[in-house]
Amino acid sequence: MRIESGGVLGNGVRHVRASEGCAVIAFDNVAYNYGGGELLSEISLRLAPGSFHFLTGPSGAGKTTFLKLCYAELLPTAGRVALFDRDVRGLSRDDIAHTRRRIGVVHQDCQFLDHLPLATNVTLPLTVSNREPDVRDLTDLLQWVGLADLADALPPSLSGGERQRAALARAVIMSPDVILADEPTGNLDWEMSLRLLTLLVELNRMGKTILVATHDLNLIRQAKAQVAARVLRIRNRRIQLAGADL
Amino acid sequence: MTRFRTLLSDLMHADRHADRVVPPTGHTAWLTLFTAGAMTFLAVFALALSLASGRLADRWADALARTATIRIAAPPDQMEVQIRAVLDVLATTPGVASARALTDDEQRALLEPWFGPDLPVESLPVPRLVELIEEDDGYDAEGLRQRLAAEAPGAVLDDHTRWRRPLVIAAGRLRLLGWASILLIGGTMAAMITLAANASLAANAQVIKVLRLVGARDAYIVRAFVRRFTLRALAGAAAGALAGMIGVALLPSADAAGGFLTGLGFTGAGWLLPLLLPPLAALVAFLATRTAAFRKLKELT
Ligand SMILES: Nc1ncnc2c1ncn2[C@@H]1O[C@H](COP(=O)(O)OP(=O)(O)O)[C@@H](O)[C@H]1O
Ligand SMILES: [Mg+2]
Repeated sequence: MRIESGGVLGNGVRHVRASEGCAVIAFDNVAYNYGGGELLSEISLRLAPGSFHFLTGPSGAGKTTFLKLCYAELLPTAGRVALFDRDVRGLSRDDIAHTRRRIGVVHQDCQFLDHLPLATNVTLPLTVSNREPDVRDLTDLLQWVGLADLADALPPSLSGGERQRAALARAVIMSPDVILADEPTGNLDWEMSLRLLTLLVELNRMGKTILVATHDLNLIRQAKAQVAARVLRIRNRRIQLAGADL
Repeated sequence: MTRFRTLLSDLMHADRHADRVVPPTGHTAWLTLFTAGAMTFLAVFALALSLASGRLADRWADALARTATIRIAAPPDQMEVQIRAVLDVLATTPGVASARALTDDEQRALLEPWFGPDLPVESLPVPRLVELIEEDDGYDAEGLRQRLAAEAPGAVLDDHTRWRRPLVIAAGRLRLLGWASILLIGGTMAAMITLAANASLAANAQVIKVLRLVGARDAYIVRAFVRRFTLRALAGAAAGALAGMIGVALLPSADAAGGFLTGLGFTGAGWLLPLLLPPLAALVAFLATRTAAFRKLKELT
């Protein structure tokens, strides 16, 4: 894996920055509902910089909702969410845009701009921050997720697994402080899942904070062998730290 | 001022990336192009109308405001005496700059269209005319009438004001209507382009959502839309202005009689005015799209 030797993913050995000790993402007695009954309630947790977490729970438990609260697509209906020590309620629209540049997200539904080729989609976070993508970094990255041959393909022509890998590439191209992944292995075969996990572990070693929503217990077991990952479980609208019995 | 400079840099800044992130949309593009073209075409005529009626109002006000005529009807033997008396009265009337009796030739020229060239004006009992030119402040028409009645009973003052004033006012109103039309046309264009921009933004809701998720600021997304609509409006308006100017140029040129309709056109540097319309249309499109986009973005995400 050449990724470590600098390039797009590794800005050297840039470990956790000045915010060390503070939480990258902090929930304080947070509740959320979509207008009906409470979906999440009394959630208080802090993701420390450089930590690796999994988020599990049955389908419909609110994993995606929780992640959306983590990148300010949703605002809590009660309580307080702070990203990089700033209350999301106090963020202007521009602040939110800037915050999202520090948070790479692999969305569950992998949304792309369907009229632009894959490579352009992957570099989109750079484009919208008026930064020029480095062609070599992009080639490395696409190679690593196994999409080098598809750089010019339009997203609608990709398979579910290819879309997921492209989404991961897009999430990490800015070398963000935090990476949130929503069921990133949902459409991947086991071999690809492991490669993706390895990439996430690698990113974590570089100091990135990782949060992966998944119900793939095998993946979690595999990860625990490589990294000190903790598991959060949504149960009865609350989030608990799961035991070691996975 | 800084705000204005930001506006300008937004408009000028050639950001091809921002342009490309929004897919080209067919019908709103044509709607904008067509609206800008049609509205500018109309604006050229409204402008021509304003300028022509302005010229007309000035000409009438100028030419008519300064002269009046006095008609003298008297038996031939008293005619000279009465003319003399009228001129004497006028010479001592404040506000009258000068006065003179029309010569026989001038009178013949005036009557020729009706009676032919060989009219013996001297021997006919036609009224004789005295023309007076007033000073800037004008004279007291009622006072003059009373003095004329006393000194020259056959003399009648015809001061044109009765029919002159409404004509000048009408021409002035026409000019105002022309300008109001241009404003209305501009407003309509702004409204149409706002609708088109909103339709385009709504059609691209998904694109906008993705852009927001990867960290695009509103200003970045807005710029992509604004540039498109501004450039389209500029192109449409340029075509519309050109067509309008050709249309005006093809109107019959002003003849010696200077009739109103034949005077509808641009003269000299006036031809530069319709060239201002395309940039103006682009500015309207720029502001309309920008306002619509910022508002719509808050709705969408
Ligand atoms: N936009 C929405 N409006 C209303 N209900 C929603 C919306 N999104 C999700 N839900 C509901 O919230 C619940 C949790 O959804 P989600 O967070 O996607 O769960 P998970 O990702 O764990 O499967 C589900 O019952 C879902 O139907
Ligand atoms: Mg989900």
